[in-house]
Amino acid sequence: MFAFILRRLAVAIPTLLLLIVFSFVLMHLAPGGPFTGERALPPQVLANLEAQYGLNDPLWLQIWNYLVSVVIHFDFGPSFVYPDRTVNQLIANGFPVTLTYGGLSFLAAVILGVSLGVVAAIWHNSWVDYLAVGISIGAQVLPNFVMAPLLVLVFTLWYRWLPGGGWSFNDPSFSVMPVIALSTSYMASIARITRSSMLEVLGSNHIRTARAKGMPEHRVIIRHALKPAMLPVISYLGPVFVSMITGSVVIDIYFSTGGIGKAFVDSALNRDYAVMMGVTILVGALTILFNLIVDVLYAWIDPKIRY
Amino acid sequence: MVIDQSKMQSLADRFVEADVKGRSPWADARRRFVRNRAAMLGLAILVLVSLFAVIGGQFAQWSNEELDFSVMGQVAQMGQPSLENGHYFGTDNLGRDLYARVVQGTQISLMVGIVGAAIAVIVGTLYGATAGYVGGRTDQIMMRTVDILMSIPYMFVLILLLVMFGRSMSMLFLGIGLISWLDMSRIVRGQTLSLKNREFIEAARATGVSSFRIIIRHIVPNLLGVVAVYATLLVPLMILTESFISFLGLGVQEPLTSWGALISEGAGTMNYGTLWQLAFPLFFFVITLFGFFFVGDGLRDALDPKER
Repeated sequence: MFAFILRRLAVAIPTLLLLIVFSFVLMHLAPGGPFTGERALPPQVLANLEAQYGLNDPLWLQIWNYLVSVVIHFDFGPSFVYPDRTVNQLIANGFPVTLTYGGLSFLAAVILGVSLGVVAAIWHNSWVDYLAVGISIGAQVLPNFVMAPLLVLVFTLWYRWLPGGGWSFNDPSFSVMPVIALSTSYMASIARITRSSMLEVLGSNHIRTARAKGMPEHRVIIRHALKPAMLPVISYLGPVFVSMITGSVVIDIYFSTGGIGKAFVDSALNRDYAVMMGVTILVGALTILFNLIVDVLYAWIDPKIRY
Repeated sequence: MVIDQSKMQSLADRFVEADVKGRSPWADARRRFVRNRAAMLGLAILVLVSLFAVIGGQFAQWSNEELDFSVMGQVAQMGQPSLENGHYFGTDNLGRDLYARVVQGTQISLMVGIVGAAIAVIVGTLYGATAGYVGGRTDQIMMRTVDILMSIPYMFVLILLLVMFGRSMSMLFLGIGLISWLDMSRIVRGQTLSLKNREFIEAARATGVSSFRIIIRHIVPNLLGVVAVYATLLVPLMILTESFISFLGLGVQEPLTSWGALISEGAGTMNYGTLWQLAFPLFFFVITLFGFFFVGDGLRDALDPKER
């Protein structure tokens, strides 16, 4: 197991370095530097600015410096647009917010999705099943950017139950709509995946054996069916996690929650490359880490995988 | 005892027919697809939406760029959908005809979906088939590259690309297409591995057909079933991606529009009581996604009946 984790890390680390180099080179290929604004700067000022941010160095040196500062010091450098703020500060402001509603959405999607799928599979072809399938089909065409306006329309404009935007760590009512908006379509996918894999497992031989032994049905399901049925769900968790972070872009814009997605879109509109790269790299690192965890979990649960 | 001649005739016909032409797997699949009510409904929706995109513009009373000065400034009162002034879907917040805008948005969203999926399918199929057919170290390197690319948060990279190289339609096509071929290439590679050692490939190789020709002429045609299903399911994902980007205002630029941009506009103005600005684009968006999902599922079930 340990060797397996090491081997996966051996792939993950170069991937991350590659991502850093890739986004850095991309930034240099882009037409127009960070200081090409509406008003042309005097050449002397421009030269000083470029010298200060190290833009005159050869490309390999710049990449090297950036790599060293990101990897060793965990420092993404200053923002190009707001000289008094560093990328680290911008990320540190938004990240806890994104992590809070993203994590809650992730849990909601997994717990509700799995329960819905299991229930549908147990009572296959009953009204429960049809209801669950109906919900999951309907919910998969409701991505976060569709859910967000609809939720605001119903719960803020019509019923006035929930605040239409903003964020506070102390008041859970701010996170209700972001969590519903983010999790709905993934809940639907997880429910579909769980249902079909549960149906397959429930038809397999070891379940028949367990029933034949006279084991009570709830034990059959909890002890014998759930674990193998979870495998396809686990392999889907990686994409779900990524989507929670990606979705924060929409959530932050629509609900003004001030998470990391807002930093990203603001920097995209301001051409603040330093922030964009910082966020992309951070998200990439999280993605890689999470996929690693998922792989390990998968290998741990599935006895067929040898590592 | 009288025997109904016409019934006998039909029975005889049936026997002859069954004897003469056996049902091919494709005919079987078509039959199963036609019987699948959800899939046929999806197909009907897609045909109607496509018709709307192609000829819907003929019925518009206003162009998509024209401002209707009679409703301007009082859109909430005067701009609602009405047959009298020719704004079938009402107007948007600037007094532009929403019907014409939705037609245009439908055209662009469908185009992005189909072109994006086409790029993904072509690149993914060729890449996966090459990796699977060549095998060995090439395969290792090619698939490892896919693994690495898969762990990149592509939505962020796509936005990065759009911001850095300008928000043009071609960049959007390229960006969306080029990041979505990864799954396709994995599926195709797996299929190719199992096709590779079949007799007809061996025969082709024995007669001296070049590797490239074998991939194009013998491997790829045999992958069509998988590719078709995947492509159908890929189009709605492309539409979702484009709408996501356009919702953020980073996608297509005015005066062009797409469903995502229209939904975003409608969502921005809904507290002024102009709900139709959200409802019409959302309606087309949702039914089209339904259509593609139903058709994709139906195709999969039809081509692979044991998987239910």
